[in-house]
Amino acid sequence: MTYDIAIIGGGIMGCSTALRVVAGGMKAIVLDQGDLGQGASGVNAGTLSLQIKRVKLMPYALKGHHLWEEMGAAVGFAKTGGYTLAFNDREAELLKERQTMKAEAGAPIEFVSNNRLRAAEPGLTQKVVAASYCAEDGYANSSLTGQYYRGCLQDAGIEYREQNAVTAIKKLKAGIFEIATPQGVVYAKRLLLAAGAWLKPLAALLDVNLPVNARINTVSVTERMPPLMSSVIGHATGLLTMKQKANGTVLIGGGWQGRGTPQEGRGEVDVASVRPNLALAQYALPALGDARVLRSWTGFEANVPDFYPLAGALPNVPDAYVLGCVRGGYTIGPYIGQLMGNFILGREPEMPLFDPGRTFQEDTI
Amino acid sequence: MTDVFDIAVVGAGPAGGNAALAAARNGLRVVLLDEQPQAGGQVWRAKSAAILKAPKTIETLAGDVLRRAIASSDVTHLHGARVWQISREGDNWQCHILRDGKSEPVQATSLILAPGAREYVQPVQGWTTPGVIGLAGATALFKQNLIVPGQRTVVSGTGPLVFYVASEIRRLGGEVAGIVTPNTRRDWLQALPVMLGKPKLLMRGAVWMVDLMLARVPIYWGHTVTEVLGTTQVSGVQVSKLDADWTPKMQVTTLQADSLCLGHGLIPQIEAAQMLGVGITHDPASGGWVPNAQDDGSTNIGNLYLCGDGTGIRGADAAAVQGRVTGMRAASDLGSDTDQDMRAAHNEWRRAAGFGMAMTALSIPRAGMARWTTAETIVCRCEGIIKQSVLGEVATGAATTNAVKSGVRAGMGPCGGKYCQTAVAALIADHKGTDVSNIAPPTPRPPLRPVPLGALAGSFDYDDLPIPKPAPL
Repeated sequence: MTYDIAIIGGGIMGCSTALRVVAGGMKAIVLDQGDLGQGASGVNAGTLSLQIKRVKLMPYALKGHHLWEEMGAAVGFAKTGGYTLAFNDREAELLKERQTMKAEAGAPIEFVSNNRLRAAEPGLTQKVVAASYCAEDGYANSSLTGQYYRGCLQDAGIEYREQNAVTAIKKLKAGIFEIATPQGVVYAKRLLLAAGAWLKPLAALLDVNLPVNARINTVSVTERMPPLMSSVIGHATGLLTMKQKANGTVLIGGGWQGRGTPQEGRGEVDVASVRPNLALAQYALPALGDARVLRSWTGFEANVPDFYPLAGALPNVPDAYVLGCVRGGYTIGPYIGQLMGNFILGREPEMPLFDPGRTFQEDTI
Repeated sequence: MTDVFDIAVVGAGPAGGNAALAAARNGLRVVLLDEQPQAGGQVWRAKSAAILKAPKTIETLAGDVLRRAIASSDVTHLHGARVWQISREGDNWQCHILRDGKSEPVQATSLILAPGAREYVQPVQGWTTPGVIGLAGATALFKQNLIVPGQRTVVSGTGPLVFYVASEIRRLGGEVAGIVTPNTRRDWLQALPVMLGKPKLLMRGAVWMVDLMLARVPIYWGHTVTEVLGTTQVSGVQVSKLDADWTPKMQVTTLQADSLCLGHGLIPQIEAAQMLGVGITHDPASGGWVPNAQDDGSTNIGNLYLCGDGTGIRGADAAAVQGRVTGMRAASDLGSDTDQDMRAAHNEWRRAAGFGMAMTALSIPRAGMARWTTAETIVCRCEGIIKQSVLGEVATGAATTNAVKSGVRAGMGPCGGKYCQTAVAALIADHKGTDVSNIAPPTPRPPLRPVPLGALAGSFDYDDLPIPKPAPL
């Protein structure tokens, strides 16, 4: 049989696009090289914080937040509010400048006094110089991503194949894509590449060079602890995120870099980078020093030189699309997947997509 | 510690201790890293200071020989050193150790991993009740502190350890309510030819058996404990007869006891090797998943060697010889002329390994073990996850141990899945109608053992933290 669309990559973006195009009447199949939702979608820190989203992506992040809230308990959603902290004058300046721009872009961010911060989070260090607060912030449990979307695909009757890495893609004369996998050949009229950090080698199968790099973000988790904090805690630089889950474990992230490449498989935790990450966490919340770290791991986050998403038609290959490289992809993923689905269905998306064929410029202000 | 050793050996049991000695004897600078206060590992464990006057066993004597040899060698033995992460830094291996509450790196050109084994306990209803301990855990109590698990104990499980544990409990003044073993007399008869090659051990086994018989300790051959009774403390166990694939046929009796020693063979500790990129193969005769290594310890990764029960369960004697062979191989690869005939050592290892294999064979899991658990039985004891939850996750499509871990947290607790992954894999395999050799263990993650966050962070000045450029606005 020939599917209307084959989606390669069963993470948040691939699955949410699949759900949208199938709701729009298409017959879709999702292919994943591993398990659904076990790439960046399933190993990130799960932070849903508008305070760490990019200014230009804020409208998308706001939409994303609402979708996570709707998914609710099934994805471990919790709206706790979040504080972002500055520990010196330089960071306070950075905080002021950045959070003001984000507030202007629509995030309900306010600056708070030390007294208010201490009343809300008495476990935090007394060395906070400035802090901002966003009531919309919270988290979801990224390890439930696979379970959640597997259930959604099943409920929608969407076929998916796990442990099934695509080895070759050919466009036949009739305009049909022929996709070779260990579980057999798949034929589809359209193709969506949504393979995250593996987009570059995947697009190369169609002779398209996507300028995709991978960041190797590190996350650590502690054993169950008595209550230490009740909101999501961040740092002015964005280099710390932490939250205590309902079960008492504390999850610590912030984009500290590990080692490895997506091509080689899983990344490797770098002691030289995980130590300052944990030190920053302990500095913010001294009682964390006694918590035992149970696991540290890495996840590959795809990006392009301007750090904006790839969302639209794949250059030079008719009927092929690409979705990925969304900074803050966990937050925005469910929404941008819907936009992508509408685009593939030929409908006008309610917000603009991000042309993968654009000229990339460094944009790292 | 900034200087670079020639060889770092992780684990100071029979394998690691002998590997370190062999490498040092051949002129290399060796550092031996071990978590325990004294060398010896689990089997050759040292007694605590309080019980030094207690009678010595074969194991403590063998351990004493090893400890004396290490003390009088040039090996740098860092005891109380918990290796929590290993990485490649340039041309060297870097072991991050936690010692005296601080994390520090130890560097070496070559690395020998001798992490040993851990015990497998097949979950049964009530196995997490206070008063239940592992068979191997019980031996540690005896060796180090001369403590018995309770006043009246049932000893249950596979292989020779049940008889050793039962006779030690009696020797230390405890009462054994019964021995319950899935193995039959026929299983043991099949191991007899190999045992005849080890007359000392056979004799020792005979002494245990005579003692147990004289004391009229009931032995339930071909039986298992199917339920542990009691809520806050063990009050007794249900015993059921097993058929050939170890499916419980019928419940035969209830034994009153306040404690239970339970264990079903040993599992190689493969996580460190896996994290360094060594592939793994499923081999039930070796205790399950084993890392791919040659008999002389070499691997497909340069300057990385593996030896001892961490490469397949062959027992302490084989581990000691394999450690010696691996130490020589590592020394030879670094340019030393080795002092002993490798071939002779190889043959010695094969003989010792043959005996270990016969003992391991008694613990090879059989299909019926899956039926020792009920839907309500806890499978992941760190997180309190019951079998029904795991089965539900598998039934709705989770096809790997990683997917089950993500979905229901089986393996996300302090043990990192070391204790539940075998049972979880068996449930997945059973559901998919495939062999457990097709269900890989979950991805291992550092730290190798839990480490206090403060120790990892170390002491620091805030202004010195290497904080990179903030993310793009």
